[in-house]
Amino acid sequence: MSPFRQLLMSRIRLFLREPAAVFWVYAFPLVMVFSLGTAFRSQPVERVLVDVVRNSHAAEAAQALAESRLFRVTITDLPEAQRRLRIGRTELIVEKPHADPASVRYTFDPTRPGSLVARNAADDILQRAAGRRDVLAVTDIRSIQPGGRYIDFLIPGLIGMGLMGGGMWGVGFATVDLRIRKLLRRLLATPMKRSHFLGAMIISRMLFTIPEVFIIVLISRWFFSVQVQGDLSALFVVILGGAIQFSGIGLLVASRATTLETVSGLMNAVMIPMWIASGIFFSPDRFPDYLQPAIACLPLTPLIATLRQVMLEGAGLADITIGLGTIFTWGIVTFLLALKLFRWQ
Amino acid sequence: MTAISVSGLRKTYPGRPPVEAVRGIDLTVRRGECFGVLGPNGAGKTTTIEILEGLLSPTAGRVEVFGMSWDTQADEIRQVIGISLQETRLAEKLSVLETVTLFRSFYRNGLEPHEAIRRVGLEDKTDAWIRDLSGGQKQRVAVATALIGRPQLLFLDEPTTGLDPASRRDLWGILTDFRSSGGTILLTTHYMDEAERLCDRVAIIDQGRILALDSPRQLIRALQADHVIELQVRPEGSDLSFLTDLESVEQVRDDGEAVCLSVAEPHIAIPRILEQLASRGLKLTGLTTRQASLEDVFVQLTGRHLNDRLPDRPPDSGG
Repeated sequence: MSPFRQLLMSRIRLFLREPAAVFWVYAFPLVMVFSLGTAFRSQPVERVLVDVVRNSHAAEAAQALAESRLFRVTITDLPEAQRRLRIGRTELIVEKPHADPASVRYTFDPTRPGSLVARNAADDILQRAAGRRDVLAVTDIRSIQPGGRYIDFLIPGLIGMGLMGGGMWGVGFATVDLRIRKLLRRLLATPMKRSHFLGAMIISRMLFTIPEVFIIVLISRWFFSVQVQGDLSALFVVILGGAIQFSGIGLLVASRATTLETVSGLMNAVMIPMWIASGIFFSPDRFPDYLQPAIACLPLTPLIATLRQVMLEGAGLADITIGLGTIFTWGIVTFLLALKLFRWQ
Repeated sequence: MTAISVSGLRKTYPGRPPVEAVRGIDLTVRRGECFGVLGPNGAGKTTTIEILEGLLSPTAGRVEVFGMSWDTQADEIRQVIGISLQETRLAEKLSVLETVTLFRSFYRNGLEPHEAIRRVGLEDKTDAWIRDLSGGQKQRVAVATALIGRPQLLFLDEPTTGLDPASRRDLWGILTDFRSSGGTILLTTHYMDEAERLCDRVAIIDQGRILALDSPRQLIRALQADHVIELQVRPEGSDLSFLTDLESVEQVRDDGEAVCLSVAEPHIAIPRILEQLASRGLKLTGLTTRQASLEDVFVQLTGRHLNDRLPDRPPDSGG
C-alpha cells in the first residue's frame, strides 16, 4: 500500500482511538452552538419591566400598562423602585402624583436603550388612556428578514472558530507529540518522503474538520432554522479553504516547538487576537478605525467574512474570489514556510 | 567488501564552550560482521552512530555506507539500512501489525509484515496496541520496524538498555539470526557482556576517540595478564603495591572495595600472594579470581570504570 495512504490511515486510526480528541473536535462545537444558540435565539419580544409607585392612582396606571402586553408591571414604594432601577431590575419608574392626577412623572436612565424605549411606550399608553386621539392613520408592516437574527450572525463565526481550533490544535499538537516521542526522527531514518508525512497530517485533519463543520451547519438549520442563503458548493469551497488555511498555520506554529507547553503558548498567542477581533461573536467594525487594518490582516477575519457572505448574503463563488484567494494563500504560504522551517529532530 | 567506512570523523556541537562529541574517528565495518561501539555514557557513541545513520551531519570527515555518501545518495542508503534508535516511543494506540505495516510502506522491497513480526517472536501480540506491550516487547517491535525493509545493515543504539535479562537474551537471539542470514550489524552498548557475546570486533571509545579496536578476545589477550584476582584484606586500606614485584603479577589496582591484581598465571601467583600477606601480618578476608573482561580492558585504557553498567540507571542522555 502507498506510504501516503498508510500515513493517512495511521493518523485517522490514532484520532479515532483518542476519545477525548473526538469529543473536543465534534461534541464541543455542538455544545457551543446549542448553548449560544439557546441563549441568543430570537424570543417573542420580552415584556419590559416597569415599576409603578404605590399610591391611590397606582392601580389605574398599572392596569393600562399591563393591558398593552408590552410591560410587566410591579407596584412598589418609591425607594424600593429607585433601588430596583439602580440595579437594573426595572427599566422605568412611573409615578402619578397623589396631589395632581393629571400629571405623570417618569424616572429612567437615558443611557440605557431599554429605559428610553420603555419611557416612550409607557407615555404613549398613558396618554391614550387619558383620552389622547392620534391624528394619523397608522399601518404597521412587521417584516422579519431571514438571516437577520443574532444566531444567524453567530453560526458562521462559530464555524470559523471550529476551523481555526481544529486545524491549529489538531495539526500542532499531533506534530509536537510526534517530535517529543522522537518518532519524527525515526521516520526520518526511513526512505519516507517528508511531503507525504506533512501532507498526511494536513489531509487527515481536514477529513475530521470538514464533517464537523457540516454537522454544525445541519444542527443549526434543524434546531435554530439558520439557513444557508448561498449555494452549498460555494460554502464547501470556503470551508475547505479554511481547513487548509489553519492546518497550514498549525503546522507552521508547531514547526519548531519541542514541548507541548511551548506549542500551547504559541497557539494561544496566535488564536486569542482572532477570538476577540476577527468577528466570531460580534462584528469587527466595533473596533476603532485605526485597528481595522490590523484586524484585516488576521487570517480568521477574511474566513469569517467570506462565510457570512455565503451564508447570510447568498454570495456565489464569483462574488468571493478575493476572500477565497486570501484564505488559500494563507494556507499555501504557511505550508511552504512550515516545510522549510520544520524541525524533524 | 566494506559496509561502512569512516575517516577523520569529527562532530562539534556549537556552544560556549563548544562540545567536541567526536574528535577524529576512523573505522571500517566489514560486510557480514557485527561491530560494537563500546564506551561509557557521554563517550560519543550515539553521536557517532547517528552520523552513520544520516541523522546528524558531521563537522568534518568522510562517511560511506556500502560505498555511497549521505550527501548524494541518502535515499538509496535508507533503502538498505534498518535502524533502532536509543529511545523511540512508537504510537501508543497503533497495533503491532499496523505499526510494522506503516514502516513497510516506506521501502521498495521488504518483508511481509507478519513475517517481520514472526522474526521478533511477537505473533501472539500482532493485534495488541503498542501501549499494552512490555518494555522488551516494545523494543522487539522497534527491531521489527528496523528489519521490515530487508536491510543489509542494521544500526542499533543501546538495544538492550533497560531490558530485563530474559528480554536481552531474546533480542540477542534475533540479532544472531539476522547475522546468520548474512546481515551486517553496528551496535552501541555500554554492556561488556553484550559486546563480548555479540560482536566480532569492538571499538572502545571514550571522550570522542577510539582507544582500541579489535575482537573482544584479542583485546583481552592484549592485556598480557588475562586473569584478575580480587583481594580483600584487613586492616582495610592497606597498601598492597608491593605485590607488583611478585612473579606473574602485572598490575595492582586498588578499587576501593577490593584490590585487583592483573595476573597471567594464577596458579603461580596465588601461593606467593598468600605468603607475602602472612609475612606482613595482613589478614585475608576475601579472594576471587575471574577471567579478564572488556571492562578490565577499558579500565586499563582509561584508568576508569564503565561506571554505568547497572540496568536500572536512567537511559543515556545523548553523547
